[in-house]
Amino acid sequence: MNTVASTHPAPLLRESFIELPARERARSLLDAGTFRELLGPFDRIESPWLPLQGVVCQADDGCVIARGTIGGEPAVVAAIESAFQGGSIGEVSGSKIAAALELALRDCERGKIVRPVVLFETGGVRLQEANLGLAVIAEIQAAIVALRRHVPVVGVIAGMVGCFGGMSLAAALCSYLVVTKQGRLGMNGPEVIEQEAGIEELDASDRRRVWQLIGGEQRTATALADQLVDDDADAVRAAVHAAFAQGVPAAHRSEQVDIFLNRLAQIDPATVTPETMRDVFNRHMQNARNTLRKEQV
Amino acid sequence: MSDVQPSRGARWFRALAGESVSHAPVWSADAPLGGETAHFFAVVPDPSNRFPRATDNVVGLEQGWRLARAVRDAMARDEASGTRRPIVAIVDVKSQAYGYREEMLGIHLACAAAVDAYASARDAGHPVIALIVGPAMSGAFLAHGYQANRIVALDAPGTMVHAMGKEAAARVTRRTVEALDALGETIVPMSYSMASFARLGLLDQLIDGVDADAPDAAQIERVRQVLTAQIRSVRDDGRRNLAHRLESAEAQKNRAASIEVHRRLAEQWDAV
Repeated sequence: MNTVASTHPAPLLRESFIELPARERARSLLDAGTFRELLGPFDRIESPWLPLQGVVCQADDGCVIARGTIGGEPAVVAAIESAFQGGSIGEVSGSKIAAALELALRDCERGKIVRPVVLFETGGVRLQEANLGLAVIAEIQAAIVALRRHVPVVGVIAGMVGCFGGMSLAAALCSYLVVTKQGRLGMNGPEVIEQEAGIEELDASDRRRVWQLIGGEQRTATALADQLVDDDADAVRAAVHAAFAQGVPAAHRSEQVDIFLNRLAQIDPATVTPETMRDVFNRHMQNARNTLRKEQV
Repeated sequence: MSDVQPSRGARWFRALAGESVSHAPVWSADAPLGGETAHFFAVVPDPSNRFPRATDNVVGLEQGWRLARAVRDAMARDEASGTRRPIVAIVDVKSQAYGYREEMLGIHLACAAAVDAYASARDAGHPVIALIVGPAMSGAFLAHGYQANRIVALDAPGTMVHAMGKEAAARVTRRTVEALDALGETIVPMSYSMASFARLGLLDQLIDGVDADAPDAAQIERVRQVLTAQIRSVRDDGRRNLAHRLESAEAQKNRAASIEVHRRLAEQWDAV
């Protein structure tokens, strides 16, 4: 699965992608020298809701929007900064992502393809902005569904926060998902499940079990993510390039209703484990999918 | 509400659409509305669901995928006849399903499949209306209702939209439920009331004077008229995206930051 090798001829020190802040993540995915930030810190569009609750704002609201090129093609990267409020989605940070995707859609509809990448690093809705966080996530989802008809929408879940809540649905709507072993993808975080359903349902402190359930390796093995890469900026960049090269899939994962209903029907809820799930949820269909690529617009 | 009583979603489904052609937990039926036929969908409790964490009116694995199937089937029927008929999502969903099986088997994708189906129906020109008759919570509402062109709600006890259940939110933010309610008075997006949700510009109509649990014929007829008017509004508008949500007077006031982000990002998009 991990086919994205370094392009350097000799072994070099890897640059960790996980350790990069959002701005540098976006920069490292764009072609060298093309990074241009939109609504950056100097524009100072901050959350109007956090100060009312005694929380200090950040000038970019924890979300970096950058334009540039990827493989020479116009691109936009939306990178969520996990260091601010756990990457949570507020009115401003979420609107930045939604608006960026909508502008990419506008360009695509005019025949000018823009390659969109979303770097998910988020626990979901920012609770201090509750209903507006949820609202902007619905808008992000609407934009992804409309945009991915024109161009692949590529999602990256590098870690260490992972991707949870409503944003896990947004990730699932992406054309391709690139993950690392350290990236987790789930709707409800382990703590939330323990809280809501009890420790007998899931012991959130059992790290190994949590990784087995929702870690990047398992998600790739069960075809809920597409590409597993090492924590290496070159590898992540190569995987993103490869995803765009594949073009728009004939059927996005979230459109494959019968395939997944059929898989679900084969699962016995009483006995299923992460290992046995792999027998039913696997890449056979993925491979068939690869032969059915639509021509990219 | 006890287990033997039908849920609000089930009552309103029967009131508006009659008997479902599909079994629980996803009900669907085509029924007359405003001189045409509309597609109705609801998520209802399913005590015998094989996933033990998804027996209530929650959106779990089967709910998400079967909603997607039902909405896409309706689209396919209309495709054949060449008419894009309205879709009404009757919303009474108290949460997504919380369980380790759900996470393992990809509840995020199941819910995304429902989002995808509703968004695709809207993009294809079906007027999609969400009718909130009970809780419309968090990921469950994202999957069932939040992709609608228009959102309307009964102004009745028990209808609410929120990102997290009140008790859980109180625990997580280390506040009491009372303190949380007080906070909602001043911080509009934190509020659990439908009136506050309307102040965010996200609600197109709050329907008052209707008994949500036991509506009479006149009240049901009023709700039909609201749905019909909203469908007309969608068709008159002509746009298929969600831009409408940022245009009301309420949005101008309480989503000013969203509007500012959209405006200034557009200005900088092509700048050199």
